[in-house]
Amino acid sequence: MSEQPQFSIKIDQNKYLPEGGREVHAVVSVESTGSPTGVSQPASAAEVIIIDTSGSMSYPDTKLRAAIAAAQVAVDTLRDGVFFAVISGANTAKMVFPQQTTLVRADATTRQQAKQALSRLQAQGGTAIGSWLRLADQLFDAHQEGIRHAILLTDGKNQHETAEELDAVLYRCTGRFVCDCRGVGTDWEVAELRKVSSALLGSVDIVADPQGLVADFQAMTEAAMGKAVADVALRVWTPQTAKLRFVKQVMPTVQDLTGKRTESGPQAGDYPLGAWGAESRDYHICVEVSPGEVGKELRAGWVKLVVPGAAGAEDEILATGNVLVQWTDDEAASTRINPRVAHYTGQAELADAIQEGLQARKDGDEDTATARLGRAVKLAEEAGNDEITSLLRKVVDVVDPATGTVRLKKNVEKADEMSLDTRSTKTVRTRKGEG
Amino acid sequence: MRACPNCGEGVFEGEGFCEACGHPLTAEATAAVQAGRVAREGVTAKVLPAGRPGTRPTRRTEPKSPRPACTECGATAIDADGYCEHCGMRQPAERDHIEIELPGSVAAGASDRGRRYARNEDFLALAAHSGGIAAVVCDGVGSSPHPDDASRAAAETGVAELAARFGSGAAPEEATCDAALKAAEAVAALAESPSDAPSCTYVSALTYADPATGTPAVTVGWVGDSRAYWLGGGGSDAASEQLTQSEQLTQDDSWAAFMVAEGALTEAEAEAHPNAHVITAWLGADADEVRPRVRTFSPGGPGAVLVCSDGLWNYAPKPQDLVAVLAGAACDPALDPLGAARTLVRFALEAGGRDNISVAVVPVAIGTVAPDPVTPNTEHAP
Repeated sequence: MSEQPQFSIKIDQNKYLPEGGREVHAVVSVESTGSPTGVSQPASAAEVIIIDTSGSMSYPDTKLRAAIAAAQVAVDTLRDGVFFAVISGANTAKMVFPQQTTLVRADATTRQQAKQALSRLQAQGGTAIGSWLRLADQLFDAHQEGIRHAILLTDGKNQHETAEELDAVLYRCTGRFVCDCRGVGTDWEVAELRKVSSALLGSVDIVADPQGLVADFQAMTEAAMGKAVADVALRVWTPQTAKLRFVKQVMPTVQDLTGKRTESGPQAGDYPLGAWGAESRDYHICVEVSPGEVGKELRAGWVKLVVPGAAGAEDEILATGNVLVQWTDDEAASTRINPRVAHYTGQAELADAIQEGLQARKDGDEDTATARLGRAVKLAEEAGNDEITSLLRKVVDVVDPATGTVRLKKNVEKADEMSLDTRSTKTVRTRKGEG
Repeated sequence: MRACPNCGEGVFEGEGFCEACGHPLTAEATAAVQAGRVAREGVTAKVLPAGRPGTRPTRRTEPKSPRPACTECGATAIDADGYCEHCGMRQPAERDHIEIELPGSVAAGASDRGRRYARNEDFLALAAHSGGIAAVVCDGVGSSPHPDDASRAAAETGVAELAARFGSGAAPEEATCDAALKAAEAVAALAESPSDAPSCTYVSALTYADPATGTPAVTVGWVGDSRAYWLGGGGSDAASEQLTQSEQLTQDDSWAAFMVAEGALTEAEAEAHPNAHVITAWLGADADEVRPRVRTFSPGGPGAVLVCSDGLWNYAPKPQDLVAVLAGAACDPALDPLGAARTLVRFALEAGGRDNISVAVVPVAIGTVAPDPVTPNTEHAP
């Protein structure tokens, strides 16, 4: 990786705590600026495309035809030299291209062969997502040094293996590759696919209309090709007596990383951030510290962006930042609310409110559903999250957005409900009228 | 330049003792210490040559060990940014709390960031000359850019110039005035433009023996609202009585002092006014012509000159208040200047520490205790 992107960390917070104050919040903005041109590419990249070929994919047949077309466009989007394979998934996973269990280099010939192999796919059998991921993991095994990305497309529930089997595979695959998941149609389970994408640091989205798949696959592959650094981690050091309450990605989506910690040194843990191209993401960190005397200043968190070194090699530190605390008896200082912390706190709550509201609606608990979705309308309005506001309006009739007064709609399209659920974690950077 | 074998501070060829920790560096110096002449003689020759500009006082911080301990938890892992790698507490910056003492306890000072400000914008400097001490305290004006640079430049330039000018034969008033003007030049030179002018107050005290009478004298000079006081008494029969002879030697260049002098407001009214701390003179590129005010006094008995920033006197404006603080701690400034400086800084911190606090204490000994209290001799018009 000769021309690695330049990384920077910016911290937004109010460091002032009142006397006896314990809890400090900060928004950590990580930005990478790409290498000047696309000329110099990372040492290696590997891509596996996983297409659901269960029987339901041919009801209607447009689903399979659209999936094949989308996968073919994705293959065309691979640049020369990228190692790739295409897998079909049903009760078990099978190699579509190449035939042997390995990745091949992309060039004009292999791309053509892969597209031909895709065109011959038939839909038959059930859905066992864990087995598909296990095969992908096996393929990535020889390519752990570079960028490793998979696309998983499914249209159904994971019916032909147990939840425990899927969990075991996800545990095994965590950190081994990044996987973006797409659900086509409306017969798949949002929570299930979100679990997969979240474990594998990827995105999840609904493609209700199969016609939308081609553009989506192309965009995903292009984004994967734009990644220049694999396996970036956020290393957070905290004082010995402090407790790291949570680490959440809050931009571009809400993703709780707290449970993904691996210890990386004295008082420090690493949170995996996946692969990076030229992009920016924001993280919300909350640390609980032991109160100090007025006037004292504490480093409550020392945040470093690292690429952990391979066995024996030194970790590479890309950028650092400090989360600070200073105790003060100046109330004006300690009660000031940092606008970005407030903004993202609201959006994290927004995702929770939507998911809880939709679940309550499914469970027939209309009071809770009305209250939670009403709260969501208010939060989306405050945050200026227009996409979520418009998705919410397909599920509820808004009486007053400012107070969050809503009525549940009687007839809601399944696709609208699933879109809202899937996209509930998408955040926007600033409020309307700001910055 | 080589390093002191004791503390690692840089030392120069020909120096008998380390300036940072006082460790003897030469065979002669070691012999002097062993012979009981102790540091004073050796250091006096080195640290206190008459009028040597830039003479550095002994810094009373602990000798630097290779791994300093955290002031909060004691762990010996301080990272390059100044935070403890164990408990995370930021270690005091060098200027957060400074204590200095001239060898032989002939003068001392302490300066502290206080409890409200993120940094210490005061600076204090001490130097010895052939017949006494020069002390300068400067308080960076918070509304100006880089006030910490201004106060440091002014104090260091002022004290060096004061000791040098007096040492080379200038009259004390003339040396005091010239030193303040030189300090003003140094501060003005920091400005990138008149609208971007670092600025600070200035107060100096020079102690010496009056050439005509041989009795001790004090000349103070100031611009702004940093002050000098005489803390009289100590060592006499009725110490507690004598201390009441203390008095303020400077008159603030401030709105409040002006209103009181004009008879427009009473002292209490002026101090309660929001403008009370607005200063009417300062050093800086944006200042009017700098006209240092200079006064000379003859102490009538032993005592000490106190030079301080408003971070101290805000909490104890009357000389009697300051004397009471020291008496409460059983501290005689004439005998223990460092102890007195520390006591006063601690008092201001405990009272709230809303500003940076700087205090210099210069004892004035007297051979025969004269009956007169402190009497102003002259006011020098520059």
